[in-house]
Amino acid sequence: MTYFPEEVVEHIFSFLPSHSDRNTVSLVCKVWYEIERLSRRSVFVGNCYAVRPEQVVRRFPNVRALTVKGKPHFADFNLVPPDWGGYAGPWIEAAARSCVGLEELRMKRMVVSDESLELLARSFPRFKALVLISCEGFSTEGLADIASHCKHLRELDLQENDVEDRGPRWLSSFPDSCTSLVSLNFACIKGEVDSASLERLVAKSPNLRSLRLNRAVSVDTLSKILLRTPNLEDLGTGNLTEEFQTESYLRLTNALEKCKMLRSLSGFWDASPACVPFIYPLCHQLTGLNLSYTPTLEYSDLTKMISRCVKLQRLWVLDCISDKGLQVVASSCKDLQELRVFPSDFYVAGYSAVTEEGLVAISSGCRKLTSLLYFCHQMTNEALLTIAKNCPNFIRFRLCILEPRKPDATTNQPLDEGFGAIVRECKGLRRLSISGLLTDKVFMYIGKYAKQLEMLSIAFAGDSDEGMMHIMNGCKNLRKLEIRDSPFGDGALLGNVAKYETMRSLWMSSCNVTLKGCEILASKMPMLNVEIMNELDGSCEMEENSVDPSRVEKLYVYRTTAGARDDAPNFVKIL
Amino acid sequence: MAGVDVDVGTELRLGLPGGGAEAAKAGKRGFEETIDLKLTLPTAGMEEAAAVKTEPAAEKTKRPAEAAAADAEKPPAPKAQAVGWPPVRSYRRNVMTVQSVKNKKEEEPEKQQPTANAGSNSSAFVKVSMDGAPYLRKVDLNMYNSYKDLSIALKKMFSTFTTGNNLNEGKLVDPVSGADVVTTYEDKDGDWMLVGDVPWEMFVASCKRLRIMKSSEAIGLAPRTKDKCKNKS
Repeated sequence: MTYFPEEVVEHIFSFLPSHSDRNTVSLVCKVWYEIERLSRRSVFVGNCYAVRPEQVVRRFPNVRALTVKGKPHFADFNLVPPDWGGYAGPWIEAAARSCVGLEELRMKRMVVSDESLELLARSFPRFKALVLISCEGFSTEGLADIASHCKHLRELDLQENDVEDRGPRWLSSFPDSCTSLVSLNFACIKGEVDSASLERLVAKSPNLRSLRLNRAVSVDTLSKILLRTPNLEDLGTGNLTEEFQTESYLRLTNALEKCKMLRSLSGFWDASPACVPFIYPLCHQLTGLNLSYTPTLEYSDLTKMISRCVKLQRLWVLDCISDKGLQVVASSCKDLQELRVFPSDFYVAGYSAVTEEGLVAISSGCRKLTSLLYFCHQMTNEALLTIAKNCPNFIRFRLCILEPRKPDATTNQPLDEGFGAIVRECKGLRRLSISGLLTDKVFMYIGKYAKQLEMLSIAFAGDSDEGMMHIMNGCKNLRKLEIRDSPFGDGALLGNVAKYETMRSLWMSSCNVTLKGCEILASKMPMLNVEIMNELDGSCEMEENSVDPSRVEKLYVYRTTAGARDDAPNFVKIL
Repeated sequence: MAGVDVDVGTELRLGLPGGGAEAAKAGKRGFEETIDLKLTLPTAGMEEAAAVKTEPAAEKTKRPAEAAAADAEKPPAPKAQAVGWPPVRSYRRNVMTVQSVKNKKEEEPEKQQPTANAGSNSSAFVKVSMDGAPYLRKVDLNMYNSYKDLSIALKKMFSTFTTGNNLNEGKLVDPVSGADVVTTYEDKDGDWMLVGDVPWEMFVASCKRLRIMKSSEAIGLAPRTKDKCKNKS
């Protein structure tokens, strides 16, 4: 192959579908390394501290699409204190210096400042797509800079970010010359938007395919917008709570009916049940439906809508749908691939209308199910066995029983056998979250059967270090392991240290690891950053039984070529 | 793991000084969910957070009881909330909190209010000081759904400052004088207010810091009493 001209080799590489394939070919020889790095267009950095930004941009100067992820997953649940890190600044600055051809930036769980957004907007003349997921640190002023300066912007997708509201001017900042918008998602923006600006923007964006509005947008504005977007494929509604005026809603239905390409619907917020029938004409064509932010819709409203959605592939709902409602889903939505059932009441002793029965019904009606997130208040081994047999194609299986350590609801046994069945039957399982009463046995099963598992989330489970050892020794493809409130200590932490080099990260909080154990790990494995967090400021509950003051409350271990990071706050100690 | 029974005899009341019954009759405009913050302390040997049994929280159930298995009722002694559990993204929690406030009030959609802002920050850390304690703590108010949750957390945080023996006196008290304490907070306007008067969400939005102080110092502390309290902060 080395006798081919570079252009030919480069062309061959362009057929490689994945990052890991490209990483592999770059290892073959120096020539291939050079060709690969200069022709690489898309780079994925799963942990922003695993590598220095300068190294990345130096190796891949022609990168067009960069994805970077910051905080560990458990940061979503407030387990990572604020100011921990994950700053976007160094990445944007490095790219601004070395990769002016950058067109797309995707960031998740990072801290992004307005200054960084401004730098981004001014540094990349061909910039096309900004996707920020679960980020924070910026305001609508930063968005105004993006809007004003990115003349070829195609995608501005803000998912579940914490954005400081400094007024609606950002939406009017798109210049008249900007007609390239394909996707705009500002559902997480809390403030008012100027309807006229929004309508103008939509009117001059003939390529708009995806639009997700925030709660400030009225029904009338929505109707006007939809008349301009007959090719819209994905819609997040605005406010649907207004005083019920038939005329407004009729206009909405008319507008919706024109959107023949519409496949995916979300938003709804505190939609009033009266508005739901106006969505009916759309239901038969929907493949995606997100009602998970809508506690105002009860079981009957939900089922009337969903029973019409016969092509549905992705459904997100709240547990107010109840087991009965899930049976309706099971009989109506035969193509369902992804289901998420979220709790409407976060208090663990509260009531959830969803139990193992709903999930069993789903599994028997929706045989194509591959991805599940299910919050419920009880589960049984028998149900899990049935579910595993019905749906052996699970790729993602996340079950959250609201009460920690809750046993099988009929037998009072641990749920080891049920989860064991899941990992045994679902040979393609890549992501698993377990809950309920679980002993070391479940980990034995996971280690034995879950050979494709890449991410495992454990809470309030296990009896001893043996449990974690089963995982460390058995799960060959494990990349991310996150554990909380489980009795694993130094023995487990140090039982297979070489494993950490093959993983992206390990998180352990409220377990039994000690400072000594972490120090040993750090000394044995210099290519890891071993971060411990012991705060005295109360953001984690002080344990009553901190008999051992050397016990580490939060531990985050990750492989890195960058060495210890220099932006760590004072409550983080890097060993 | 068995939970530990709370010694019901050791009741710390963080309501108005003088007694709970009186507080209830005090005639102040009280939101229906206002409760006396009772800090009941465990006796020695309490196990970790998840095993603590507390009083049941105010119910938010609107759904009819259906499809639940016969033996699936609320646990006899509800468990305490562990931090970050259930694993629901802060963004989702905040959105749902805002909406449940709106629905409860049954008002027309309105512009963003302090109540909306309460939920809209991903964390709302405030300092908590206790008179006589050597250092302050911090709590994230967004981690809790009610005054009850907060009182449980505060109790655990400051339980090392209890005086007395195991008999009947595991009260959270001022370490110097042994007197009862009340919990107050400084609001956005800089006023010191008694905790518990306003709806939870409004409290979260306006609370800047918390202070656990001697009951004796709190006499005369009423909603919106500016003058007497400013000197104390």
